[in-house]
Amino acid sequence: MSAFSAIGEEREIDREEFTPTLEPQATWCPGCGDFGVLKALKQAMPEVGRNPDEVLLVTGIGCSGKLNSYFESYGYHSIHGRSLPIARAAKLANPELEVIAAGGDGDGYGIGGNHFMHTARENHDMTYIVFDNEIFGLTKGQTSPTSPKGHKSKTQPHGSAKDPIRPLSLALTSGASYVARTAAVNPNQAKEILVEAMQHDGFAHVDFLTQCPTWNKDARQYVPYTDINDADEYDHDPTDRSAAQEMASEAEQSLYEGEVLTGRFYVDSDRPSYSEEKQAIGEMPEDPLAERYFDDDYEWERSHDLLLDRHK
Amino acid sequence: MTDHELMWRIAGGSGDGIASTSQNFAKALMRAGLHVFTHRHYPSRIRGGHTYTEVRAKSEPVQSRGDGFNCLLALGDSFARNPQEDAYYGDEEIKPLSENLDELNEGGVIVYDTGLLDSEDIPDFEQRVEENDWHVYPINLREIARDHGREVMRNTAGVGATAALLGIDLEYFEQLMAESMPEDILEPNKEILHYTHDMVEEEFEFTHDLRVPEGSHDEEQVLLSGSDSIAYGALDEGCRFIAGYPMTPWTEVFTIMSQALPEVGGVSEQVEDEIAAAALALGASHAGVKAMSGSSGGGFALMSEPLGLAEMSETPVVLVEAMRAGPSTGLPTKPEQADLEHVLYTSQGDSNRVVLAPGTVSEAYEQSRLAFRIAYGYNIPVILLYDQKLGGELMNVPASHFDREPNPDLGAVTTEEELEDAPHGPGGKFYRYRYDAEDGVSPRSIPGQKGGHFLVTGNEHNQAGHIDEDPTNRVTQMERRMSKVEAVREFLDDRDTQTYMGPDDAEYGLITFGSQQGTVEEAVARLNDAGHSVRGIGVSDMMPYPEEEMTEFLESVDEALVVEMNASGQFRGLTQKELGRFGDKLSSLLKYNGEPFEPAEIVQGFEASIQGQDVPDQQTTYVPAAGD
Ligand SMILES: Cc1ncc(C[n+]2csc(CCOP(=O)(O)OP(=O)(O)O)c2C)c(N)n1
Ligand code: SF4
Repeated sequence: MSAFSAIGEEREIDREEFTPTLEPQATWCPGCGDFGVLKALKQAMPEVGRNPDEVLLVTGIGCSGKLNSYFESYGYHSIHGRSLPIARAAKLANPELEVIAAGGDGDGYGIGGNHFMHTARENHDMTYIVFDNEIFGLTKGQTSPTSPKGHKSKTQPHGSAKDPIRPLSLALTSGASYVARTAAVNPNQAKEILVEAMQHDGFAHVDFLTQCPTWNKDARQYVPYTDINDADEYDHDPTDRSAAQEMASEAEQSLYEGEVLTGRFYVDSDRPSYSEEKQAIGEMPEDPLAERYFDDDYEWERSHDLLLDRHK
Repeated sequence: MTDHELMWRIAGGSGDGIASTSQNFAKALMRAGLHVFTHRHYPSRIRGGHTYTEVRAKSEPVQSRGDGFNCLLALGDSFARNPQEDAYYGDEEIKPLSENLDELNEGGVIVYDTGLLDSEDIPDFEQRVEENDWHVYPINLREIARDHGREVMRNTAGVGATAALLGIDLEYFEQLMAESMPEDILEPNKEILHYTHDMVEEEFEFTHDLRVPEGSHDEEQVLLSGSDSIAYGALDEGCRFIAGYPMTPWTEVFTIMSQALPEVGGVSEQVEDEIAAAALALGASHAGVKAMSGSSGGGFALMSEPLGLAEMSETPVVLVEAMRAGPSTGLPTKPEQADLEHVLYTSQGDSNRVVLAPGTVSEAYEQSRLAFRIAYGYNIPVILLYDQKLGGELMNVPASHFDREPNPDLGAVTTEEELEDAPHGPGGKFYRYRYDAEDGVSPRSIPGQKGGHFLVTGNEHNQAGHIDEDPTNRVTQMERRMSKVEAVREFLDDRDTQTYMGPDDAEYGLITFGSQQGTVEEAVARLNDAGHSVRGIGVSDMMPYPEEEMTEFLESVDEALVVEMNASGQFRGLTQKELGRFGDKLSSLLKYNGEPFEPAEIVQGFEASIQGQDVPDQQTTYVPAAGD
């Protein structure tokens, strides 16, 4: 019997397996967009074919970080902005796990911005969902990195003097091999994109527009969206990097002007994942490292035999 | 002392090969049967700037730098000759000779490179030579190197010259060169070595008595640094993942591990910052791999939040903290022991972590293994605290010390079979954080194991891992986590991790921790030889504190002097805090000038302290007991 027999189990997966058996302490407000992410994610799981025991969902801190409480799987609700470094190491330790990281726009583009850039550049095979509600929810409504310029909040009473972060462009220039945006108000597209993101072999970034009815009633997240992959007027080819860059900056501009563009902006299926790159240069074993600790026949090396000659 | 030991100092400019030359020198003497110990001093600069390494060699075991030194090889700082930057580099050239004279013992030997150094630049040189009875051998090493190979081989010429003067067999150097050099540079180096050796023997009349001592080992020895020991201990305990960001002196462990891990099919990651580094170690550990990270002062400060997460989530991890002088970036390449309080108390909430501080190169191996055993056995973060001195010093250790069985045991984890019988809550939820765990240690499951999924969170949580703010749950979980530290205390008590020195029934005590242990040991021996009655202890467990052992120790002596490299007496403070008494028995001997103690400074400090006098040396400070 394998030490991790939940991994790769062949059976029908039911979305209800991802509903917690224990009632979570309710923290999300009625009408919160986060419920949309939860629903889309649960719906995606049967199609991805992964069961709760082989999924590791790592979150940061924020309302978004509470996703773990509503989603049954191996979960790691960590610290503000640090979901990515935890998630990517877990993937290196056991590449057979389905690793998902999630957090808010403050969590992911603010405090965790540096990790976002570096995780995208390394192209770890994982999915990163950012709950983009253009606001700090959990700390009660401060301006976030994606809040529009001029956004007023208790900490920025005169309105923000900063241009918002451009997450899609940032993901693209940092090296993410899958970049998409979807919205909680559009559950079907959201589900499809999450399925693709999880099936994608590389770093998949999903900027997930979620509404925060409690603190951010003005955000565009409520309005109907245009799917750039379906709309004739855009005729977008997501395999073309420069087209993706143009499309992303258009979407980032139009979001604050009233038109919400979503869909797949960039898909590069050829780029090897980080684990593959590391294995190719001999810096990572082919077998999942974690398996070894449960394998009684594995021959563990002694430093004495390997390294002491050079000290004699 | 000095008559039967060699304390050879090689000085030059940073980047001139001082480190590698001294390393070979130490290894050659070890192979010749001697016990060796190195002490290095370097500036925070890549090329140029005065640097030196001392190699102390005796026929008996040695584990400290000596008092001063008795043979100087001064090479000249070649980078001081940078033609572009006169203003910066102008007067540094002479430093390898001038800067080292203060610590050269009476009757000492000086070899200097007349190709780069001119003793006339030191106004009182002749006078000092006479006063101190030094024996001076000026040799144009630069010219010899240039004529027989390349100018950079000045080091080899210097080694050949001192080997002749000290009577060291060249065979050991030749062997070492042959093992490490490619053919095209091996030949000229060999020629330079022999040429200088023979030239010195023929042309100089030796006026000094100093010769290399004789010795032999009963078993095979290896030359290791504290950083090597920590890395090898980690590897032998089955650590296969490291994540880090460079910062002196932690970089040494990080480098050794990064080179070793691919050879054993492990993974090393250099990442964007220290917060990420510690978080990666947690991620890998959570997914079922023994993992470590680490840093030095400022970088470790960034790890404070992931460290707290490790405590709350009970994710095992080993973090290495290599101290250098602070605050802030401080003295980047100089040792200090002033991060003790930082590692004990950093991060929010009540600390439930383990902090170990090895005292010697060989203990570093032991305690690195122990750190992993505790971290994974108790699902708790363990910090291995050491300093720039211990990390970088080289010592001979019996090879057999490392010839141990690997221990890849993942500690307090379940298997899938065990998961079937493990306690589960309502809805079949695995109880990861069960209240009734033995020793407070509730085993974890690993992602991918069937039936084991649970939630880890930095928030307070219930048995299933779910966020829970119920007051009774809070108290139960807090107490369980804290009780693990008590259990670790019992585990450590069985292991004799403290090192005792001198007679059991002495009048006075000398207390130290970490890298000063070897020096204190030597001081204790000297004090007893000189008729004092002194007992010493090198303490390794910082948290949990060895309350019983220290109480017994302190009750057994009338007074005790705590020796540590910091300005505020942090270890003395910890001792008083933990034991809640002995304030009137404990005084401090402190040093924080960027250099470790020499044994004689401790001897002097002790003598001054028992006579109630001021310490004569300006570089150390005596702080009397609170009752005084
Ligand atoms: C290091 C640190 N700084 C600040 C906080 C406080 N904090 C908690 S959530 C949050 C912002 C959350 O905003 P966002 O990431 O946009 O998520 P949302 O709540 O909107 O889902 C902040 C600042 C924290 N927990 N840790
Ligand atoms: S504060 Fe906003 S983001 Fe948070 S739960 Fe309420 S609606 Fe959702």
